[in-house]
Amino acid sequence: MTRSEATCPNCGARVEFRWSSAVQTVCPFCRSILVRQDVDLKKVGTVADLPPSSSPIQLGTAGRYRQKGFEVVGRIVYEWDQGGWNEWHVVFNDSASGWLSDAQAEYAVSFLGPQSAAPPSGGTVQPGEHVTWQGKDYEVTAVTVAHYRGVEGDLPFEYWDKRDVVFADLMTTDGGFATIDYSESAPLVFLGEYVEYHDLALTNLRRFAGW
Amino acid sequence: MVDALVRSLTCPKCGAPLTIRAGDLTVTVVCGHCNSVLDAKDPSLKILQTFEARVRPAPRIPLGTRGKWRGALWEVIGYQIRTITVEGIEYSWSEYLLFNPYEGFRYLTEYHGHWNDVLVLKTLPKTYRGGGLAGGGKPSAELLGERFQHFQTATATTTYVLGEFPWRVHVGDKAEVKDYVNPPRILSSEQTAGETTWSMGEYVSGEQIWRAYSLPGSPPSPAGVYANQPSPYRPAVGGVWKGFAAFTTALLLLAVWRFGYSPRPVVFQHDYRYVPPTVPPSDSEAAAAAFVTDTFPIGGRTSDLELSIEANLRNSWIYLDFALINDSTGTAYDFGRELSFYYGSDQDGPWTEGSNHDRALVPTVPGGRYYLRVQPQGQPVGGRLRYGGIEHADLSAVTYTLRLRRDVPWATAYGIALLLLVVPPLILVGRSLSFEHARWQESDYAAEDDE
Repeated sequence: MTRSEATCPNCGARVEFRWSSAVQTVCPFCRSILVRQDVDLKKVGTVADLPPSSSPIQLGTAGRYRQKGFEVVGRIVYEWDQGGWNEWHVVFNDSASGWLSDAQAEYAVSFLGPQSAAPPSGGTVQPGEHVTWQGKDYEVTAVTVAHYRGVEGDLPFEYWDKRDVVFADLMTTDGGFATIDYSESAPLVFLGEYVEYHDLALTNLRRFAGW
Repeated sequence: MVDALVRSLTCPKCGAPLTIRAGDLTVTVVCGHCNSVLDAKDPSLKILQTFEARVRPAPRIPLGTRGKWRGALWEVIGYQIRTITVEGIEYSWSEYLLFNPYEGFRYLTEYHGHWNDVLVLKTLPKTYRGGGLAGGGKPSAELLGERFQHFQTATATTTYVLGEFPWRVHVGDKAEVKDYVNPPRILSSEQTAGETTWSMGEYVSGEQIWRAYSLPGSPPSPAGVYANQPSPYRPAVGGVWKGFAAFTTALLLLAVWRFGYSPRPVVFQHDYRYVPPTVPPSDSEAAAAAFVTDTFPIGGRTSDLELSIEANLRNSWIYLDFALINDSTGTAYDFGRELSFYYGSDQDGPWTEGSNHDRALVPTVPGGRYYLRVQPQGQPVGGRLRYGGIEHADLSAVTYTLRLRRDVPWATAYGIALLLLVVPPLILVGRSLSFEHARWQESDYAAEDDE
């Protein structure tokens, strides 16, 4: 994985990109949200204090998924009325970009769906509704109004200044998982599957006192 | 860097100390002292609910206990009691929330000494309404090819909570719970207004949990049969039928050999003629008709001996009193045989009754030299009845052949052996059926008349 360095336009600190294709990163010192514009970095906002997280994953955590190594390079933090969750941006050793979501230690790996996997038109889906993508039947299991709480590290797109975001979670009968993200005017579909903690073979995890 | 998951707090209502063990995953924490549900996400621990508890239950696995379970360390951090009401009767079970910061959450449930290890499912089962041929009538669910039969649908109410939870716990919360069973597993769906959660439980023994959590004493013994309790008989049923099949096959092969192929040497054969007296004889006259045969050898190990009799009776009878006597030891085997044969014809045509053949089996006869003592007694000629209107006075002499055969198979023994072989499977099948009956009596499909 090639890394690149830049200087924070806000505080002058050295900002290291963990992923050379990142569109956005956060200065670890002054928490400025920095977006790449050609060769320059532009500050577009500031991340408020992230809520404390008890996720065992952190930036720099490495793991494996389907025989491909990955590294955690960024995250988006959400909260809702039953807790919070992290969408960890992971970059594979072939430079593919994906997401490892950690919702109270339930892990799922997903990727931005192809053009053919468009969200159903006609507004937000409802629990119990079925959607077919790539010949697979997905059932909507939950529709959640989440509150965007902040970002950290490198992201593959600009993502900041969000408020309430509607998510729909979908499941298949064979471990498949999908999320529709209604935060953009054109909703995004992420397709993937639930994964067992042990199968991810995670390293460089956070350590907890007594565990 | 090592981060802390444990936080020590004070209940804002009663001042009792509180512990949070799952860090920021905890959404609500309960003060067991004043039964207050507190918002763990709120720095001032806002009181969300204060509930009434008739009794203060003591979890069998205390909060904060860690055990090595399913390959990882799992700490008990929450405890709740949930209750369903069926026909006016309340049934309550306990749920222990287990936590591991890397692995997440799982549950142990207990109902009257029956334990289940429960994980929330990350894949959706397919449900079938039942009534179809494949479903066998009951609704069913299928998870990754495994079929579960619907057991019960009930509304579960949370009636007591203690410790911490990664969701907003609330006493009085209701969920529609549907249980599907395929022992030792149970598939459950919990439906609230917002969503449906599926979980998979596996029946585990209290002993396993006591060992894993190093609990003092011994677990409460399970009462009755639980929904997904594995039948102790079912695995044995297959084995016992296999055993039955093996033994029956062996028995059949033995029978085929014994009846079809094995040698049955004739050790003695002789023809005799008997002329019945004209009047009923006195005892001494009858005894005078007795005779003994020559001695004959019977070889080999102890085995059975068949005496067969062929006579030419015509509308009369003969009684033969036998003693098989060992020439050297004097041991005698006494037995008697009566043959009778009648025939004639009436308006329905010709008829016969009785037989001119008979046989007797002496079960265990050791090898040695033997002779037979035979005392025949027949129908006195003068006392002969006119039978069927035909006079047979001139046909009074009876000739008969005695033949002794060694190693004759005894069909009855094979029948008895077969009956004995079928007993264990039948007992086991009976027990298995009654176990399954007890299981389903606790379901929505209980037989009405047994309640």
